[in-house]
Amino acid sequence: MRFMVLVPGSPESEAGEMPSTEVLGAMTKYNEELVKSGVMLAGEGLHPTARGAKVRFNGSERTVIDGPFTEAKELVAGYWVWECASREEAIEWLKRAPFGGGVEIELREIFDADDFGEQLTPELREANERLREQAAEN
Amino acid sequence: MPTATHRAIDAVWRIESARLIAGLTRIVRDVAVAEDLAQDALVAALEQWPESGIPERPGAWLMATAKRRGIDALRRRVVLERKRELIGHELEILQQLDQPDLAARVNDVQDDVLGLIFMTCHPVLSREARVALTLRLLGGLSTPEIARAFLISEGTVAQRIVRAKRTLGEARVPFEVPGRDELDERLSAVLEVIYLVFNEGYAATAGEHWIRPALCSDALRLARILAALVPREPEVHGLLALMELQASRLRARVGPHGEPLLLADQDRARWDHLLVQRGLAALRRAEELSGALGPYALQAAIAACHAQARSVKETDWPRIVALYDGLAALTGSPVVELNRAVAVTMAFGPQAGLELVDSLAEDSALRAYHLLPSVRGDVLGRLGRLAEAREEFERAADLCDNQRERELLLSRAVACGV
Repeated sequence: MRFMVLVPGSPESEAGEMPSTEVLGAMTKYNEELVKSGVMLAGEGLHPTARGAKVRFNGSERTVIDGPFTEAKELVAGYWVWECASREEAIEWLKRAPFGGGVEIELREIFDADDFGEQLTPELREANERLREQAAEN
Repeated sequence: MPTATHRAIDAVWRIESARLIAGLTRIVRDVAVAEDLAQDALVAALEQWPESGIPERPGAWLMATAKRRGIDALRRRVVLERKRELIGHELEILQQLDQPDLAARVNDVQDDVLGLIFMTCHPVLSREARVALTLRLLGGLSTPEIARAFLISEGTVAQRIVRAKRTLGEARVPFEVPGRDELDERLSAVLEVIYLVFNEGYAATAGEHWIRPALCSDALRLARILAALVPREPEVHGLLALMELQASRLRARVGPHGEPLLLADQDRARWDHLLVQRGLAALRRAEELSGALGPYALQAAIAACHAQARSVKETDWPRIVALYDGLAALTGSPVVELNRAVAVTMAFGPQAGLELVDSLAEDSALRAYHLLPSVRGDVLGRLGRLAEAREEFERAADLCDNQRERELLLSRAVACGV
């Protein structure tokens, strides 16, 4: 089973401030453990929303909204992708992460292509494939 | 129906058991005793945690509990056998068990796990024993889980594990990471075990299911752990790359009714692109670390050609032939030659392929191998020699032990239409 762990932003991450050496050290140690336990498949930090954008969809209208966005705690500042045998295992790993100060970290199970079942028709699969091919060429 | 706490304990066990058993083996120098102590700690957790809740540091709790059990057992022996004193090495073990956990530092724990891997994959054990013991002690699988995975009885697995532990004890196999002089040889024994587990999941040799993804996951996890523990070894990354790339095709390899799908018939949109990227990255690491690629890295490079191709037609078959040339030179394996014949067929046409297949017909190692007539049938079909192709597919089906694969071969025979 694959999981995504979403790390929320903070005023500091939004200001583009790097965490202290101590915090970075603890996080590096934690990441090392994840890798050395064969759990971590991917993980990245995200730049502040000041460098991002939103696109609002309304009928055929598209409105681009430049960052930064408000409500830092609802923003994503980083993520991991984990492979675990169960939801419980993912929770056990998350409990060991070096966070504090009341922060809440969200754990979500990633859809398997098979979870889409009938909804993903052969035509849609084929369309997906074409898109991936184009993405690979670019 | 297990309770939430029991499921959480299962999860903790999966995370902690290898480290726990490895750390205990270092202290008590006997993997059988270490596993017993770890199991005792698990039983204690199952008794206490539903009441007390899961402790803040469950790994440390399990280790402390296991060590206490070890001390109790040794002291009990002193009481029972009043006539004799504990002998020297028992006293030493007792002292170590009684000490605070100095080895809890990250690097030592990792060395412990590595030591345990080399122990459970030790050449003194049979292949079957290595596989069972590795899955049990490092994969955290229970005996029934291993039995189900390999379609053998629980009794057989239990006996294999008991015997393996006894053999390790009798042979006084040391708990250590081998030195440079024997590292390559010992490492290749470890890689072989991991790949055996993976292959049993990827193309089950027997039974009604064609693939068993859980076994592939277990093998991948072991390979990822190993690659993190010995990051400078190119073939470890080579094997990891091979398995990531093969696993990326896992869900595309089976049709809606559980039937196997050949590479040519797979919906490439269903390949797992995260695993493809991980596989390609691991292959790059293997290439950076070594001048000439080893056998696993070469197979990974072949898998990478497929992973990067949009269709069978657009696959770089000449490059695959060249990679198989390298692989054949390294391994001298007739199975590799057979695969090379397939690549030659795709790159240079079926006539060239058929000549290679026919040159392998006399090889005794391939006599009972169902893929030889299967490949010959495919090549003959491409040449339009359908009656002969049909015979070959039927022969292949006769030789094949996996039900799903046999059905595929028979349907290919029927498709020859003669």
